[in-house]
Amino acid sequence: MDYRLELRNVSKSFGEVQALENINFQLGLNEIVGLLGDNGAGKSTLIKIITGYHQPTSGEILFNGQKVDHLTVPKARQLGVETVYQERALAELQTLWRNIFLGRELTNKWGLLDITKMRDETYRLMSQSMGFTSSAVSPNSHVGTFSGGEKQGVAIVRALYFDAEIIILDEPTMGLSLKETSKLTNFVRDIKRAGKSAIFIDHNVVHVYNAADRIVVIDRGRIAGQFVTKDITLDMLMEKMIRVAETGNLD
Amino acid sequence: MSSQATGSTSTTNQRYKETFSLGRFARVYGAQLGILGVFFGLWIIFIVSAPDTFLSSRIYFAFMSTIPFFAIMAIPLTLVVIAGEMDLSFPSIMGMGMVAFSFVYDATGSGITSIPTRVFLAFIAALIAGGLIGWLNGVIIVKFGIPSLVATIGTQFFWRGAVLVLTEGRNYTLSYIKESFLYPALVGKIGGYFPMQMFWLIIIAILGWVLLNRHKFGAHIYLIGDNVQSAQLMGVNTGRVRIQAFMLIGLISAFAGVLYSFHIAYFWPSLGDGYLLNTLASVFLGGTSVFGGIGTILGTFLGAFIIGAIEAATVAVGLTGFWTQLIYGLIIVLSVIMHTYLRKRVQ
Repeated sequence: MDYRLELRNVSKSFGEVQALENINFQLGLNEIVGLLGDNGAGKSTLIKIITGYHQPTSGEILFNGQKVDHLTVPKARQLGVETVYQERALAELQTLWRNIFLGRELTNKWGLLDITKMRDETYRLMSQSMGFTSSAVSPNSHVGTFSGGEKQGVAIVRALYFDAEIIILDEPTMGLSLKETSKLTNFVRDIKRAGKSAIFIDHNVVHVYNAADRIVVIDRGRIAGQFVTKDITLDMLMEKMIRVAETGNLD
Repeated sequence: MSSQATGSTSTTNQRYKETFSLGRFARVYGAQLGILGVFFGLWIIFIVSAPDTFLSSRIYFAFMSTIPFFAIMAIPLTLVVIAGEMDLSFPSIMGMGMVAFSFVYDATGSGITSIPTRVFLAFIAALIAGGLIGWLNGVIIVKFGIPSLVATIGTQFFWRGAVLVLTEGRNYTLSYIKESFLYPALVGKIGGYFPMQMFWLIIIAILGWVLLNRHKFGAHIYLIGDNVQSAQLMGVNTGRVRIQAFMLIGLISAFAGVLYSFHIAYFWPSLGDGYLLNTLASVFLGGTSVFGGIGTILGTFLGAFIIGAIEAATVAVGLTGFWTQLIYGLIIVLSVIMHTYLRKRVQ
């Protein structure tokens, strides 16, 4: 079995609310999986279980075929999971370089920050990967002053900077302009070309269809079905999505 | 540590060079410049209106003797407030530290004959007690999810009560401390002038600055205060960092309690009463935001000296002591308005 990541019978409830029920999910090597589902279907909960933010109520998580117990955010990161969160997970009053290295500051053995290195790296990423050309933006700029697209750029570049094996994009096109969205789609293709895996979540069926190898549809905390993108047309997928939303069934 | 982004192609090692611009300088140091302005502005006003007092060195040695007792606690309190938390219990922790001190000193009387050793053990006990109470504050706040303002109102009463119950309201003479090397080391005067408590304030301020600006711990303090959910999503152990911040203020408060009691060679069970608002005012005057994520050590340091100088200044200027609080209030309110305005302008 060559799965980068596998969830077996994962369930999650918050008090009385059953957010996820017996989820079996696989992510292959160098595969881009699109996750589709309505608001409240459980997409974000599923993601937060994979990133170690939430612990599943029951079920197993396997990375590269190895079972991992008590997954935490730092542990997931060690295993190569990087996430671009819907809420972007930025600290807006802080500088750009502090945001790039958020939670993973470069330090010496006494925990003292290597600020010069972090600023230099941020500057390199800014000019090479984020495409910031404005002279108003520097590693010392406060992230709160950035536009929505720039903030998203920070969140994405941050995820890519640290050698990620699995990149999770949670609603990355939200609030982006058309140009920024197409840039994002290229990012996802870059991930594929670099031999990494990704989970791509979006409301927009078109974005997911264009970027993903396989599409998994979630509805009311369960997996309603999955398709290999090259076996299904966009029209058929749209039709099925509407049917799921109405009846909870694909066919 | 890998450093190659998936999307990047070039490997040239570009270095970031900050070009100087006045606007950027103001953005980065805005809050500090603001409080520096207030500090020197007030100083000039004091000198002009009471030159006899403020042009002689005596008043400054007096300030350096009395201000450190609360300024020392304002440093870790700054960290706590930047993390978006609040601590109101530190005055009681000062008292509890000295309870631990006195009890350990008395208890070692039968076994150890050397007074310096007993004083040293008592001193360590005070620091441990302070750190433990701070840890307990942190645990109550983090593990039970109680807002720190509410939790520390409770623990403030609890530990003050504990001081009164344990001492049964008695005072302790500490004349014996003068035999210990800790006495000159903590509250002596270098060259007969420079108070050691000022030296300790400077040390703690420098350590606090390094911790806040050059250490991972401080980076996480800022992140937690800014956006606790982001910090958590990105793997910062927000609970542990907050508990450590409360431990730090507990430890330093006990230290300040020892300093003050050594200074007067007496331990009153009311030790710490009256320091709460001065210390808080120093932090907020210095530009630390009550919403968290923003604040500086330099600001707090200057804030403490402004607060400490106002009382002497009001009297020296020729106003009655009745004016002190009114002027306190005015300066605090105006400074906080200034900080808020600066923050909006330069962001």
